[in-house]
Amino acid sequence: MNELLELFQYNFFLNAVCAAILASISCGIIGTYIVARRIVFISGGITHASFGGIGLAWYLGLNPVFGAAVFGVLSALGIEWISKKTDVRQDSVIGILWALGMALGIIFIYMTPGYAPNLMSFLFGNILTVGALDLYLLLGLCLFTIATFLLLLRPILFIAFDEEFARTQKAPVQFLNYLLISLVALAIVLNIRVVGIILVISFLTIPQTIANMFTSDFKKMILGSIAFGILGSFIGLLVSYRINAPSGATIIFSFVILFIVAKIVQLIMISAKRKKTV
Amino acid sequence: MKKILELKSLTAGYDEKIVLKGVNLVVNENDFLGIIGPNGGGKTTLLKVILGILKPVKGEILPNGNDRCIIGYLPQINQIDNKFPIPVKEVVLSGLMSHKKIFGRYNSENKRRADELMSQMGIIHLKNKNIGELSGGQLQRVFLCRAIISDPQLLILDEPDTYVDSNFEGELYEILDQLNSHMAIIIVSHDVGTICSHVKTIACVNETLCYHDSNIISQEQLKAYNCPIDLITHGEVPHRVLKHHHHH
Repeated sequence: MNELLELFQYNFFLNAVCAAILASISCGIIGTYIVARRIVFISGGITHASFGGIGLAWYLGLNPVFGAAVFGVLSALGIEWISKKTDVRQDSVIGILWALGMALGIIFIYMTPGYAPNLMSFLFGNILTVGALDLYLLLGLCLFTIATFLLLLRPILFIAFDEEFARTQKAPVQFLNYLLISLVALAIVLNIRVVGIILVISFLTIPQTIANMFTSDFKKMILGSIAFGILGSFIGLLVSYRINAPSGATIIFSFVILFIVAKIVQLIMISAKRKKTV
Repeated sequence: MKKILELKSLTAGYDEKIVLKGVNLVVNENDFLGIIGPNGGGKTTLLKVILGILKPVKGEILPNGNDRCIIGYLPQINQIDNKFPIPVKEVVLSGLMSHKKIFGRYNSENKRRADELMSQMGIIHLKNKNIGELSGGQLQRVFLCRAIISDPQLLILDEPDTYVDSNFEGELYEILDQLNSHMAIIIVSHDVGTICSHVKTIACVNETLCYHDSNIISQEQLKAYNCPIDLITHGEVPHRVLKHHHHH
């Protein structure tokens, strides 16, 4: 316990704790939207497409987060636009963007003269090296996401549930779809710092899936996802520190453990309910 | 009679493929129109054009743009993701989208109206349940509540008798008869026999639209309308579909 308290004296650890909380909030909200809407594959495409932006920014000597944000948002809007306006198959387009982003990223990084950055930190993230700028960006994202969902929860929910009906009611379907897919892209890009490209998708889906076992109300799912996100990322953070492994991997691993525990709890609850009714 | 919607020599389709040609149709208030026709004949395309979610290739829909009347819509329920995390009461409230600005709040009057409708349809006890927990008939009632909560001038139902127990089917047409006193209704169905005994007029859609100003239609007329569907009736003379007789 003392050892744990001592950890909080370190700046890097405080930053990591803040990052875990902010990541859990942003991923909790956006991830619930992704899971409810069944756009996990789209989100995977955006994630990997944004790696191209990381590479380009690195090559140009800019902050990789901004490169990733531009690539992420543009590919998100592109996927949304292509699937609405043309009859190209959406999943094929996502598959192409997915690979193209990774390819561009690798090419740019290897073209950059001098010190080659640690590819591992992009692919798997490192919450223990999160800096002040990352935290401010994450905080801004969280505030904007919370405000959006507080003000527009019903329209967002109704359009996600039945887009065609929403269009018959003259709801601003297109505007909200573009807004939400951009938010999805930003949430992915800013959380890449925390858990990395390969694992960010699980931060957006595993806590939601756990929450979904116990509730099927959209609002409660968001709150549950945030709670499971914080719990899982704290456990992962401690394990990462203790065994000196990349935090992204330990966080996702603890999510999966939580998922299994939750599944067992759910099964026990169901059988208890059955006994009661018999 | 007040005209609420008119289609004028309308052509519609997807990309290169034309599905509907030269369609003329007038919908007046208190109309109860049944739309029949073979699969792929353009019934759904016609609905999409009327609902304003598919732009016609040619022709006119009147009134235009924002003056278009409020339409209540009941989609085919197999198009709905019933695993979506949304409770019944929210689905019903979503029918008010046309009345709300983007930041519009849903007030207690809206919620009271939703409760009232759910009570009328006998689903008030399901109000907080998730839609995934409902049967086909219950789900259909939820979507009917959603379709009429906005007090539309026109109610459109797309095959409401699919996936529904025969129990609810009878009830559904009773409800529709009541609603018809203050809104026009368009119903698409594959079950010609059933709808013909409830609607007032019939339109056969198979690339073109033939309007039939009565609800009694014969196999010969269907053929003349280029509408190759079978009338399913029972008994010795399966040529005519008649109104249900009232038993007292």
